Amino acid sequence: MNFFHRIRALVVKELQSVVGSPSSRTLLIMPVILQTLLFPNAATLEVKNASIAIYNRDTGETANELVQRFAQCDAFTEVIPIHSQAALDDSIESQQAMLAVSIPEDFSRQVANGETGAVQVLLDGRRSNGAQIAMSYLQQITENFMKERAAEKGHAMPSETITRYWFNPNLDFKNFLLPNLVAIITTIGALILTALSVAREREQGTFDQLLVSPLTPEMVMIGKGVPAMLVAFFQATLILCAAVFIYHVPFRGSLFLLYSGMFFYSLSLVGVGLLISSVCNTQQQAFLGAFSFMMPAMMLSGFASPVENMPKWLQNLTWPNPVRHFVEIVKEVFLKDASAERVFHLILPLALISACTIGCASIMFRKKTA
Amino acid sequence: MPDAATGEVVIRFEGVTKTFKGMESPALESVTGEMRTGVITGLVGPDGAGKTTLLRLIAGLMEPDSGKIETLGYDPIVNAGAIRGEVGYMPQKFGLYEDLTVMENLTLQADLRHVTGKEREESFERLLTFTDLKRFTGRFAGKLSGGMKQKLGLACALLGKPKLLLLDEPGVGVDPISRRELWGMVEDLVNQGIGVVWSTAYLDEAELCGTTVVLNEGKLLFTGTPREIAEPLVGRCLQLREPGEKKRRLLTKALSRPEVSDGTIQGHSLRLTFRKGCERFDPKEIGAADGAEWVEVKPRFEDAFIDLLGGGPSGESVLAAHTHQIDQDGATVIEATHLTKQFGDFKATDDVTFQVTRGEIYGLLGPNGAGKSTTFKMMCGLLVPTGGTAKVVGLDLRHSGSQARQKLGYMAQKFSLYGNLSVMENLEFFSGIYGLTGKRQREKTTEMAEIFHLKPFLNAKTDSLSLGYKQRLALACSVMHEPDILFLDEPTSGVDPVTRREFWTHINGLVERGVTVMVTTHFMDEAEYCDRIGLVFRGQLIANGTPDELKESVATQENPDPTMEDAFIELVTGKEEPK
Repeated sequence: MNFFHRIRALVVKELQSVVGSPSSRTLLIMPVILQTLLFPNAATLEVKNASIAIYNRDTGETANELVQRFAQCDAFTEVIPIHSQAALDDSIESQQAMLAVSIPEDFSRQVANGETGAVQVLLDGRRSNGAQIAMSYLQQITENFMKERAAEKGHAMPSETITRYWFNPNLDFKNFLLPNLVAIITTIGALILTALSVAREREQGTFDQLLVSPLTPEMVMIGKGVPAMLVAFFQATLILCAAVFIYHVPFRGSLFLLYSGMFFYSLSLVGVGLLISSVCNTQQQAFLGAFSFMMPAMMLSGFASPVENMPKWLQNLTWPNPVRHFVEIVKEVFLKDASAERVFHLILPLALISACTIGCASIMFRKKTA
Repeated sequence: MPDAATGEVVIRFEGVTKTFKGMESPALESVTGEMRTGVITGLVGPDGAGKTTLLRLIAGLMEPDSGKIETLGYDPIVNAGAIRGEVGYMPQKFGLYEDLTVMENLTLQADLRHVTGKEREESFERLLTFTDLKRFTGRFAGKLSGGMKQKLGLACALLGKPKLLLLDEPGVGVDPISRRELWGMVEDLVNQGIGVVWSTAYLDEAELCGTTVVLNEGKLLFTGTPREIAEPLVGRCLQLREPGEKKRRLLTKALSRPEVSDGTIQGHSLRLTFRKGCERFDPKEIGAADGAEWVEVKPRFEDAFIDLLGGGPSGESVLAAHTHQIDQDGATVIEATHLTKQFGDFKATDDVTFQVTRGEIYGLLGPNGAGKSTTFKMMCGLLVPTGGTAKVVGLDLRHSGSQARQKLGYMAQKFSLYGNLSVMENLEFFSGIYGLTGKRQREKTTEMAEIFHLKPFLNAKTDSLSLGYKQRLALACSVMHEPDILFLDEPTSGVDPVTRREFWTHINGLVERGVTVMVTTHFMDEAEYCDRIGLVFRGQLIANGTPDELKESVATQENPDPTMEDAFIELVTGKEEPK
């Protein structure tokens, strides 16, 4: 029983110092609020408000209609009419337009003859991401246009692709981003809290005070880990609520599975945090340590770019990265109601990572203190 | 040497008040006085008394909220330019660059003060000779000893020949020998007509000053010579020689008598201060041995200081009354054998051996940086020894289980409780990790709050407490679980003399109950409370014995009754130049 009393004393102390002062309270809640506000609105991958330059050398009715359709598209809010090839080049070079379309003189005639009409598109490679996405919009518009033309004439297109997005049918970017945020923000909270708190105690000399007490290094570690996990759960719940109630992201899966995943995820983070703090003497070192873990962990999580797009060797490197597994859990539970079996399959690597990091941290703690 | 009253007035301050944001009481409260050339003026007071604030005001580094300051006849803020070259200020914290060499530091300071050309060469020559640092010009300032650092600081403050020298606690971190050297140098400067202010928290240092300005909690307590401050106590300070075995119990009894206002243990004797107009009593009344006799002694600065504050605390330790009695089995509970700790090529602790038996107070005595804390941390299992062993109740604490550590109380040198938690939360936490729960935990925390007068601050953040209360809380946290063995690392450093008395009352009380105490201190006079002391100097244990033994070992015909500091200096010099 004594064991639990001592752990409780440690946990209570830790929570008191986290929640006790207004400044650290703010530090726990403000980033969550800010990021749930900023991320979904700022970090959008959809192209909106793009500018398009159009050089229409054809006076035919077909070309005019195509231009009309481009101009109607929501993504292109600014349409710049161009009257010479030089001005077309210039519009891209001066970044006035993200993409420029040049329609040849005989476009309408070719289409009327049932031939393939060629349209030249210039993209600004400096804005490759946005330009590519805008290009896909263009393609879609053109394809639709051609299809309709063909239908009017009574013959079908040789073949066509119909795309349907499962689990996010409207390709709403928020539905992708917010579940990710649950993973990202808990990372910052849990990791920094554990990594810094031991280093802070070292700096203030209170760590010595703990070491001469009957507490064992394991008790100290539990006492550090539990509050960090509680904070992670709290922050995650905040974002979860924001996602569901404010941004109306559909939550399809089971809360129980999500929180089980979160338990093992925060456990593995606590392990990493403790490992960092077991080798650092100052808060500054611990902070740098936490960041040098966090940056690559985020990059390799599949949040910014899909893991499948990475080279094979890098894909292998993502396995020991806890963020990668949890990002998957959140997304699958959130958007597609992953089965318990699937979630446990994803939890397994997290449990392994936790065992490794906590084990290592425990060895380092003993080494450093003894 | 001109008298204090005849020198030229270099500093004058009148009704000076300075309050810092967030502090409850002002750092200085309408302080008035003057300082002259011809003598070393001691600016005396415990930590937090307002010494540094006053010095910074005099140097024009801050503006007072109200009141007037005149430095060398100028307003230090309005005429900052006029006094800049004339005032040398040596800050309390080593104000030099540790990773520059002695010479680079001097050159940098000379550049900053526009001491150039021939004048620079001359001053360097003069100052390096004066401070005896010529041999070390290529050494990094960080690698100098405490004494040498202060000498370098002094040399830098003396660049450009100031008329007034402000020294903020130059005696801190300096061993007694270097301190005497430093003092000699400063006296030379005074004789050259430079005005010198020497601030100090050590009352034995204050005793040497030509005249003093005594501050306590921002208020002026006294101005005048050390002789004047001790004047009212002449005849009231007595030593009770040969009082018998149970000196601690006797001190407790003596202190509870109405005649006695203050008392300490001095080796085998008691030293008591009587209240004004009170007669000495028969030693037998407190149960002293037959041979006990009163001897009148010269009142010290400290006696006077405590008298000005209304006397010391009562002798009864409430804390001890709440502690269980521990059986005296005469066992060796703390044991260091050839203990060595090496950091790089520096031996912080060098082949130290000692034993402490149950129920004893063992003191490690030495200046800051002598290696006390390193030794101490190895004993507690916080540092791994490079060589030798450190054992507590026969166990190496690094490998022993919780059970052994449960019997241990530890108070670190640096305040190390949770500053962002409240007093109550700290008490609850420390009682919690030592396994106190429920009713017993509540009782113990209330008890501690009462004993250490913490009740009014229970919900205050620990960081907002004054140093004295922080130390009280730290002691409370380390004794709450009634440990058998208590490790106290400089428990009284920076604390005012009255609180120091209170601490020792508790320590004495606990020892009476059978607790074994190991304590470190750089206050030479505190060593007198210990049953046995080890003198530590440059990592080595240069002497080990009872306070009286150590003092007697250096007694000569010229100095038949040496102080602890005399003993220290004698033993160190004996070690350095084997005769």
